Amino acid sequence: MDYSKVLNTTLASLPPSGIRRFFDIANEVKADDMISLSIGEPDFATPWHIREKGITSLEQGKTWYSANAGLLELREAISRRIARHTAVEFDPRSEIVVTVGGSEALDIGIRALVNTGDEVLVPSPSFVCYAPLVAMAGGVPVSIVTKAENGFRLTADELRAAITPRTKLLILPFPNNPTGAVMRREHLEAIADVLRDTDIMVISDEIYGALTYGDAPHVSAVQIEGLRERTLLVDGFSKAYAMTGWRLGYICGPEPVMKQVVKLHQYAIMCAPTTAQHAAIEAMENGDEDIAYMRGEYDARRRLILQELNDMGLTCFEPEGAFYVFPSIQISGLTSEEFCEQLLLRHHVAIVPGTAFGDGGEGFARISYCYSVNHIMEAMKRIRRFLQELKEEAR
Amino acid sequence: MDKLLKLLDTNARLTTAQMAAMLNTTVEDIEAKMAKLEQDGVVRAYKALIDWERTDRECVTAVIELRVTPKRDYGFEGIAETVMRFDEVESVYLMSGGYDLLVTVNGRTFKEVSMFVAKRLSTLDSVISTATHFVLRRYKESGVMFLGEQKDERGAF
Repeated sequence: MDYSKVLNTTLASLPPSGIRRFFDIANEVKADDMISLSIGEPDFATPWHIREKGITSLEQGKTWYSANAGLLELREAISRRIARHTAVEFDPRSEIVVTVGGSEALDIGIRALVNTGDEVLVPSPSFVCYAPLVAMAGGVPVSIVTKAENGFRLTADELRAAITPRTKLLILPFPNNPTGAVMRREHLEAIADVLRDTDIMVISDEIYGALTYGDAPHVSAVQIEGLRERTLLVDGFSKAYAMTGWRLGYICGPEPVMKQVVKLHQYAIMCAPTTAQHAAIEAMENGDEDIAYMRGEYDARRRLILQELNDMGLTCFEPEGAFYVFPSIQISGLTSEEFCEQLLLRHHVAIVPGTAFGDGGEGFARISYCYSVNHIMEAMKRIRRFLQELKEEAR
Repeated sequence: MDKLLKLLDTNARLTTAQMAAMLNTTVEDIEAKMAKLEQDGVVRAYKALIDWERTDRECVTAVIELRVTPKRDYGFEGIAETVMRFDEVESVYLMSGGYDLLVTVNGRTFKEVSMFVAKRLSTLDSVISTATHFVLRRYKESGVMFLGEQKDERGAF
């Protein structure tokens, strides 16, 4: 059988994740002293009281499917939490669907909106999944390269320039993976001004919203007049509550859209894992302190790593959210891929080339600080040595 | 102050510049605070946490429950002070419950520790009785896990 003839051609033409590809290289380097600053997942285990609720639900035999949209109790807790932080109300019965991670939420959100040929605007650099999901939905991903001098934010001008009559949807991936960029209220308002009289929808991926640093808290797109009615809000439990393995997220939005979203979820997934949903209720109701603690830890590491990188000459814009820094590696004279590959082969430090996150990532690399301080310091020492070597070789 | 202490408690080897960055303050501020903490006796020492089992050195640890007669004027302080002056003694705590002092003693061999207890501790005037428990395996010490290697099980995403 010729399998190349049976495959979905769009899917077959999609490249695998650039992060994955780099990890495959890393896995081939067999070194005991290999150290990584490449993983985008908390180094904390899920807080015990949350785990305990999952365990209790199993002990009590709560092992059935839940409602398609998720346990009503969880949707109510999600609704309350969003209201607590944004003063925006989502009806738990018709405007919230609990999904298998934020990833599924993005997929079904995109598929619920995009028709063949529709253009979807995707700021770049950004997480690897948006363009492939758009392509699989029959849409055309259009990348908007954000700039370091704008703090990697999406500007109104950049957005306006990218809009065509075929534009259906804008993805707003902030706080951003990999750059750590954050859209504050005024930046979101500028975006709202551009979209106000259009039918362009927005999917706001706020999975890192709870991990926003500094005194001003995260502002959600749904808090902005002119965005609320056109926005599907995607969030989840993975990053904020260190619950990656539970695979649980949610999507909220206007009822007419959510009616379609829940159909897709119903046919493809049925419902998110029930055990995880029981644990998540506890996270929503009693997890704020855990978030505050973990955010404090990330914040200290963020400052440390930022100082180290700037000190060794890898200039780095100050990330205000998520748990990544995105230094410029241009002083090395290498491309992102070369830089990361040589750092890996010569000093056994794994970081991810910026190009894994789209066209906008050339000249940069993503460094995660989901690691202990000791681990980070060892990696910094080696990166410093690597830069020193490059400098001497250039002489 | 509290944040600085927490930082020092987990890692005392950071430079003042690194600590200043992490706590969003200046090097001068960190230096002044550390000097104050040392001066006030809040920070007693900076030392490494060593897993001696991974070295060639023979090492045995015992915890000893001491029951003692408190002295009229000094209470337990007098005997505690005597006990803590032995180099072999690593820690001394006054305890609630069935005995009075909990003493941790390090030595090279079981015999060495036993002899120390028999000859030095139990012979002290106020000591009524001792119960010695040898440590067989150290799993965690001062908040640091000693057992096995901490493997990062996270995947690549």
